[in-house]
Amino acid sequence: MNLHEYQAKQLFARFGIPVSSGEVADSPKAARNAAASLGGDLWVVKAQVHAGGRGKGGGIKLARSLDEVREVAMAMLGQRLVTPQTGSEGLPINQVYIESGSEIERELYLSMLVDRVAERVTFMASAAGGMDIEEVAATTPEKIFTVTVNPAAGLQPYQARKLGFGLGLTAPQMKQFGVLCTNLCKLFNDCDLSLLEINPLIVNGSGNLVALDGKINVDDNALFRQAGLVSMRDPSQEDEMESRAAAHDLNYVSLDGNIACMVNGAGLAMATMDLIKLHGGEPANFLDVGGGATPDRVAEAFKLILSNASVTAILVNIFGGIVRCDLIAEGIIQAVREVNVGVPVVARLEGTNVDKGKKLLADSGLDILAADDLTDAAKKVVAAAA
Amino acid sequence: MSILVNKNSRIVCQGITGRQGSFHTQQCIEYGTQVVAGVTPGRGGEEHLGVPVYDSTHEAVSKGGADVSMIYVPAPFAADAILAAADAGIKVVVCITEGIPVLDMVRVKAGLKDYDCRLIGPNCPGIITPDEAKIGIMPGNIHKAGRVGIISRSGTLTYEAVFQTTANGLGQTTCVGIGGDPVRGVDFIDCLELFEQDEATDGILMVGEIGGTDEEAAARYIQEHVSKPVVSYIAGVTAPPGKRMGHAGAIISGGEGTAEAKFAALEAAGVRTVRSPAEMGSAMLEQLGG
Repeated sequence: MNLHEYQAKQLFARFGIPVSSGEVADSPKAARNAAASLGGDLWVVKAQVHAGGRGKGGGIKLARSLDEVREVAMAMLGQRLVTPQTGSEGLPINQVYIESGSEIERELYLSMLVDRVAERVTFMASAAGGMDIEEVAATTPEKIFTVTVNPAAGLQPYQARKLGFGLGLTAPQMKQFGVLCTNLCKLFNDCDLSLLEINPLIVNGSGNLVALDGKINVDDNALFRQAGLVSMRDPSQEDEMESRAAAHDLNYVSLDGNIACMVNGAGLAMATMDLIKLHGGEPANFLDVGGGATPDRVAEAFKLILSNASVTAILVNIFGGIVRCDLIAEGIIQAVREVNVGVPVVARLEGTNVDKGKKLLADSGLDILAADDLTDAAKKVVAAAA
Repeated sequence: MSILVNKNSRIVCQGITGRQGSFHTQQCIEYGTQVVAGVTPGRGGEEHLGVPVYDSTHEAVSKGGADVSMIYVPAPFAADAILAAADAGIKVVVCITEGIPVLDMVRVKAGLKDYDCRLIGPNCPGIITPDEAKIGIMPGNIHKAGRVGIISRSGTLTYEAVFQTTANGLGQTTCVGIGGDPVRGVDFIDCLELFEQDEATDGILMVGEIGGTDEEAAARYIQEHVSKPVVSYIAGVTAPPGKRMGHAGAIISGGEGTAEAKFAALEAAGVRTVRSPAEMGSAMLEQLGG
């Protein structure tokens, strides 16, 4: 689950990580009021969307008067922001964050993530702040400094010093940085984060470190114990189909093609998409109905798939293991009748009681083509979709 | 022959009285697996599915003689269950549970360093040595004792690989589902090493997917240490970057973890790759001169 910048900064503030003062606003008037209550004569108006690269997309603007704050907010709110990370449709801007302007001496980069190879939390720091870190990693990897945190010992001062020296911090900044890293560790662990990024972490005009941006991903698997964070979820930033699927415990990802697939198991679901592509088709989605594949879930899955207007054919690929194929076939038949599927369905069943399952499909009188194997299924569905 | 588990393995099921634990333990017993104990704290002294239930894994080891554990406890309690099993002296812990917080797994992996214990999973179908021991949720009937060792990050895709190698007569020595989480127990390399040493295994089928760089690391290992033919398929060529494809670990991030990069690394290491999941079995048969 992703958080907005303003939510990340609320967490930063709570855990003692320095941020500029700011307020979130959902109307031009509220934006002006926020700026007035912050005071000063320079503000930054920042579109709140779940994507990076906002500056490049025109989602971060300076304002030098309260009226300008209102105008900038008016121009942003209700629009969709397209950034290099959003895709062409962009994301809706329902809120802006108004922040006091900062004097920037230096822009640094700092992040934490779960390192899959080390199987531990790793800090990454770079003096090349404000840039895309992947670009820095590709072009000048020597400018990136990393330390890995032992979960039992926790972050040690020498590790923070290693990063701080890498960033070229002064002695007073070094002290601030040590505290900041310790607090970040506490935030990361207490809130079950999977990614935290501050880009840029700035040295301001007074020589102090301030988190000027904040990106946070919360581990979905840990949401059961993070009730406070769950309430920060913003469904408007998520794919509508994917949210609907999640509500039914289905795993769904939208793609651009026209051949929908319904599969049990994540690996087989990906493999099915690949197979469609291999045989000249374009998959419309990833959909894992789970190991159970009960009639109810299959029916929900059909409804979901069919709400995508580009779908011209459906491939159902189920490996019936402990769930028998005849039961799955009954589920498919029931769902196709109930949901009134208007496009051709190709079904490939394999596993226990497969012959019984195929016979049920053939005798159903519905427009369901039974496939003999994986390859046959892919060929049939590509032909049916054309 | 086989790796990690066989007919002498004595299994304890942690979470045996739960719905999943009950159902799948019953299936394992019917397959012929030696399930000797169950654990549900607070229900010690009962009998469930004809198996004695203990309050702790330690008792399941000391009184029930268990040496392999199979875990079905819910995600919030799974980390504790894994470490309890390791501390009780269990040598192979198979954790089926899906949805364990990744920071729990970071702590578990650090904790396991104190023990001589191999963790399989979590978020996996388990491990099976056909005709000897089925420890997990896989359908036993599609397996056939034979010559191929299977290692996979995905459940149903493992069943495909099994199904194809059973249909063409090769059969399997042992099939290990290593799981779909980013931080997990045994990896491809651990299993490759064991299959290389296993006399009955003639070929190895490795099923990977997008996310992380374990397949690339496995490719380097194969080049240097594996003499047996390896066939590999990687799922997720069509997966868009930045999207989690079902499994917690199946995500392309920062340009890392693409299927193409994995295919390329494996091919460079001399591994026979297949672009279609339908060809895993036939490619293995070709490699073994069938």
